[in-house]
Amino acid sequence: MYKYDEYDQQMVDTRVAEFRDQVRRRLAGDLTEDQFKPLRLQNGLYLQLHAYMLRVAVPYGTLNSAQMTLLGDIADKYDRGYGHFTTRQNIQYNWIKLEDTPDILAELAKVEMHAIQTSGNCIRNISSDQFAGAAADEIVDPRPYAELLRQWSSFHPEFLVLPRKFKIAVIASEKDRAAMRLHDIGIKMVRNDAGEIGAQFYAGGGMGRTPMIAPLIRDFVPLDQLITFSEACLRVYNRYGRRDNKYKARIKILVHELGRDEYVRQVEEEFAHLLTQPIEPPLAELERIKAHFTGPDFDAGAADDLDLTDPDFRLWVERNTHAHKQAGYVIATVSLKPVGGIPGDATADQIRLMAKLAKDYSFDELRVTHAQNIVFPHVRKADLYTVWQALDEAGLATANLDTVGDIIACPGLDYCSLANARSIPVAQKISERFGSAQRQAEIGELKLKISGCINACGHHHAGHIGILGVDKKGLENYQLLFGGSEGADTSLAKIIGPGFTEDGVVDAIEKATEVYLANKQGEERFLDTYRRIGMDPFKEAIYG
Amino acid sequence: MKILTGNDLKTGAVIWWTGVGWSLDVNESADVGDHGAALVAREEGAQNAVAAYVIDGEKTAEGIRPAHIKERIRALGPTVRLDLTLKPSDPAAADWVI
Repeated sequence: MYKYDEYDQQMVDTRVAEFRDQVRRRLAGDLTEDQFKPLRLQNGLYLQLHAYMLRVAVPYGTLNSAQMTLLGDIADKYDRGYGHFTTRQNIQYNWIKLEDTPDILAELAKVEMHAIQTSGNCIRNISSDQFAGAAADEIVDPRPYAELLRQWSSFHPEFLVLPRKFKIAVIASEKDRAAMRLHDIGIKMVRNDAGEIGAQFYAGGGMGRTPMIAPLIRDFVPLDQLITFSEACLRVYNRYGRRDNKYKARIKILVHELGRDEYVRQVEEEFAHLLTQPIEPPLAELERIKAHFTGPDFDAGAADDLDLTDPDFRLWVERNTHAHKQAGYVIATVSLKPVGGIPGDATADQIRLMAKLAKDYSFDELRVTHAQNIVFPHVRKADLYTVWQALDEAGLATANLDTVGDIIACPGLDYCSLANARSIPVAQKISERFGSAQRQAEIGELKLKISGCINACGHHHAGHIGILGVDKKGLENYQLLFGGSEGADTSLAKIIGPGFTEDGVVDAIEKATEVYLANKQGEERFLDTYRRIGMDPFKEAIYG
Repeated sequence: MKILTGNDLKTGAVIWWTGVGWSLDVNESADVGDHGAALVAREEGAQNAVAAYVIDGEKTAEGIRPAHIKERIRALGPTVRLDLTLKPSDPAAADWVI
């Protein structure tokens, strides 16, 4: 994985020193909160419902074991013994003290981590496929391109005060595991007819209060124009994105209001202009970055068979592992969704255990997924049972990936000052209602996503079943949506009707699964059946 | 009643104005009447609180209860982690929140 050079390290260290001084001045009364707030936000420090919250960036979701160990240590030393992995492949701590923050950032800097640009109207942490570098179906590892974009977007002076926050995802396989088209810019690495690698650009996607699927804006951008084209996309947005209304300030609104074709025309015009400027880094820089992602030294003779006589292990393998590009290895996903648990939360001990297992059995690598799980990307099949046993002992071997129990949930009103309703208790009740392995197997793949407000951090628009918590005259109320998807077949979920109480929405989901099972044909997933039969049979069952 | 709340500058903890200072316990809140805005200006200016604001509350037999669910959760702590609330050993600590 990428290793900081002296410039990267100096930038991060300098920022820590700068923020340390800003915190000192704030505590001394030399800065007011109005003056300090934008400074702390630029360093990932929010003031949330109960305390300060620190969001730490995990670039494209990739971590090594030293970084993961430190994340666990921070949870113990500075927080309340746990961390929360987010839908942006980051980690958040909910109980941080202002005076501790510079020390935390200094410790993070020692393992090449930071919290820069995890807030504010700038280009946020760039996300990617959690199986990058391991997936059997990828054409290249997308992370070098994500890293190049990270370097371009970090402290980019022109894009630090955009009309609104800006999210980019990079993938390199047909199967989209990163909700790419629901980003401000989605980039898919592709191979053209001549066999050259380049980038396909999508722009103007997003969730929030006005969900949109990003249209394709360019089929192929050569690698030696990747940054220039990105810059053109951002420039047009920065120039014409609305700054008078924060609810209409995202690029999706600009692309929608201009129309895809006019936005493309303006981008191409700006791109042509920028090509006359020497802004593109030389390809040698991309090659330098790529050299950090050459992949582990796999054992070419690794045994390709697994002993599946232990039924619990077998279930976990069937549910939580994926094919690896290298024979004899698998990709293993650790579900952070135990039955009745809090989606995305892990204790300090669990975080450190996952770090140790990655060091011992996954070539020192882990990934955070946007579905709030953790991945060991390169596990030798011969080691998998040992890994599973250690996970099982730590309560980390729940076999429910992509099932109704593998729920994405934002922190909701339990932690977030923007939320209108709680998300976590709903997730817990659903997870308990559908907790049995038999029930989950019967229902199969069902992606359920819960947001506690219209900002959609819980990706409810992209759920096969989505739940949106709203405030109805001071009471929590939950709207139910069906038919969303974040994959290669991206679609936006639709509200099915009037909302429910917390218990009512759980009952409604049970009824929906019954409709699905009664109408399922062949290997159809819930989503497939819904798309085939439409909403009416579900509404009939739920509302009578 | 009108209650004044905010966060502690150093720790970020939720705090409630008692009439003479700040408390972590909502039950110690004072009715600030029409003086909320002046208190906000004074207390924020003195760095005793951050992001302070006035909310509606009610004095009940069981204690002072903020009117809105968001403020009740602020007063309690996360409803899903009762071990992290002010009274973690009290199983009924959250009964009045939702």
